[in-house]
Amino acid sequence: MNKQSPTERIKNFKEVAFGLSEEEALKEASRCLFCKKAKCSMNCPVEIDIPAFINALKKKEFDRAIKVIKEKNNLPGVCGRVCPQENQCEGACVLNAKKAPINIGGLERFAADYELKSKPSAPSPKPLTAKQIKIAIIGSGPAGLTCAGDLARMGYQVTVFEALHIAGGVLMYGIPEFRLPKEIVKKEVEYLASLGVKIKTNFIVGKTSLLKDIFEQGYKAVFAGTGAGLPSFMNIPGENLNRVYSSNELLTRVNLMKAYLFPEYDTPINVGKKVAVIGGGNTAMDSARVSLRLGAEKVYIVYRRTENEMPARKEERENAKEEGIEFHILTLPKKISGDDKGFVNSMECIKMELGEPDDSGRRRPVAIKGSEFTMDVDTVIIAVGQSPNPVFLKATPELKLDKWDKIIIDPATQATNIKGVYAGGDATEGDDTVIAAMGAGKRAAKAMHKYLENEK
Amino acid sequence: MFKIYSNEKIADGIFKMILEAPLVSARARAGQFMMIRIDEQGERIPLTIADISDKTITIVYQVAGVTTHRLTEKKSGEYVSDVVGPLGHATDTDKIGTVCCVGGGVGIAELYPVAKAYKNAGNNVIIIIGARNKELLIFKKELEFLGAEMFVVTDDGSFGEKGFVTNVLKKLIDTGRIINLVYAVGPGVMMEAVSNLTKPYGVKTLVSLNTVLVDGTGMCGSCRIQVGTETKFACVDGPEFDGHLVNYKELKARQSLFKEQENHACKIRGI
Repeated sequence: MNKQSPTERIKNFKEVAFGLSEEEALKEASRCLFCKKAKCSMNCPVEIDIPAFINALKKKEFDRAIKVIKEKNNLPGVCGRVCPQENQCEGACVLNAKKAPINIGGLERFAADYELKSKPSAPSPKPLTAKQIKIAIIGSGPAGLTCAGDLARMGYQVTVFEALHIAGGVLMYGIPEFRLPKEIVKKEVEYLASLGVKIKTNFIVGKTSLLKDIFEQGYKAVFAGTGAGLPSFMNIPGENLNRVYSSNELLTRVNLMKAYLFPEYDTPINVGKKVAVIGGGNTAMDSARVSLRLGAEKVYIVYRRTENEMPARKEERENAKEEGIEFHILTLPKKISGDDKGFVNSMECIKMELGEPDDSGRRRPVAIKGSEFTMDVDTVIIAVGQSPNPVFLKATPELKLDKWDKIIIDPATQATNIKGVYAGGDATEGDDTVIAAMGAGKRAAKAMHKYLENEK
Repeated sequence: MFKIYSNEKIADGIFKMILEAPLVSARARAGQFMMIRIDEQGERIPLTIADISDKTITIVYQVAGVTTHRLTEKKSGEYVSDVVGPLGHATDTDKIGTVCCVGGGVGIAELYPVAKAYKNAGNNVIIIIGARNKELLIFKKELEFLGAEMFVVTDDGSFGEKGFVTNVLKKLIDTGRIINLVYAVGPGVMMEAVSNLTKPYGVKTLVSLNTVLVDGTGMCGSCRIQVGTETKFACVDGPEFDGHLVNYKELKARQSLFKEQENHACKIRGI
């Protein structure tokens, strides 16, 4: 895939990957074997008929291609960009035997971008029969939007309640512009609105209204896609110093509030010249690459295991390295120190080695005695994970949570312990990618439909 | 979009705005705050609720940077694009006996609904308010209207007694007045001074922190503050905390995080 050159792209927030040209897309589509038992589709969490859409592309029937995708996926422009296709559709492609799987993500993005560019877009499918049944969706991230879209198509009156001032959840505040342009998210949200989904921003279920108020207002079923909006810290000394940020804060300021356009936009960010990002996931890679684009001269990824154990996608690790981000693996921060004004000026670390495998199957990192050293940094970004956003959960004590405060659900239906209330995405266990959250939203929509039919 | 009913200057650099926000006012209680975003370019800023009516919320803000400056330019009948709330925990205003409500600077506006709620719950309320000078003294009439025992001080003596709120509080305690709770809201230095004063006397003290926020829902952690041995998020765990446990050094340092950026933004806009 063509990309902006590393030297160029670290100076801007524009999308890194250009996407396939028509010629490239046609060539790629023509390589598909159109397997009868399509393993790619079986490994797609939202069950896209992948051979069918690739076949349409091959025949240059681009409108039909996007129609096939949208039968199952309401957010193709998003998924074509941020899905870990290597673990799903592309990972299952039979052409892996020849080490040349079809670039399904690239083709999905091509179809989605084609439609977004060739406005007016294909007319939205009208619901089969309009139902006078109201459904509430809490949170407008990938899980909520998918659930909302599917239910709207079945004819339900769907309202999405969003806490922030704009819809999209993690797609807006979490994933940077250079990986997922916000215009794409906005257009895909507009598409959902065209299906009849109502979106109420600035509305926090748990604060503005409670779950019981929602039912009292006549909503018959609820889906909670409230996300993982509580950043974890490491509980080491110095974490509250100035210029120590959670990755959530850095990314929210930059992506949602457009701090990279400061002072044209009012929201500031204060990132220094030498930045340490702690963590090895996609969020850590995003934080590192954002820091670089904000003007940092040196950016380090600090991770306590090795690159093999990093949860970040290979593509994102490679992008980060190409951009000059240095990986300090087998390194654990112990303490952050600051100057007399309370700003970070160094970070003390210890070197690690891999020991026996732990519960997750990954080899446990163990500290090497006497290997302490100091890193010369002026900014620290903590990207070691998040737990579920507590606002809705605290205001809804009857909802059953596991020991990590994630909502307990029946994995087959996404049903919670409260009648008529379903949940999915990062607020529940396991759905840690955009597409997994979307799969959960889809399962919930089916189950909610069944539930509402039985309630009649 | 949220309609502005009024936006008037009530003291030097301090403005009072009444906004139509029925969803917020329906559930808002004393001690809570909300987030405002003026427009597409605007920052999300937290503002403590100073008064609540059927459909409207009153906020009082001090001009501190670009966003608050831009807010002053809004006229009645115009709109701000986003308002969300109510956020944070409401003040727990049970009947506990004598509550001394201490407010400083713009914090006096935030003190008003809290003092009112303590009074309505049947407490004996003592109010102490202070400002740098007479011109900066706000919400005096509103507070007087509550009919509580009230003391007013200014740093320069241009109104009321000359001195700080802590002078009055110390005198009250030293003369043997029984105070069951002190509630303080105002600048960091003031809340710190009040807490330092009451600690040796063992008088329970609550402070309401006005920290840097982005989302206001626990998502970013920018408002984190050490309270005792734990790190708390002012937005979801507060904004009120035990004044004797707050790390004020951290609180004050955090307020300087974006100083350079803010000064730059103000300078290029000629503010």
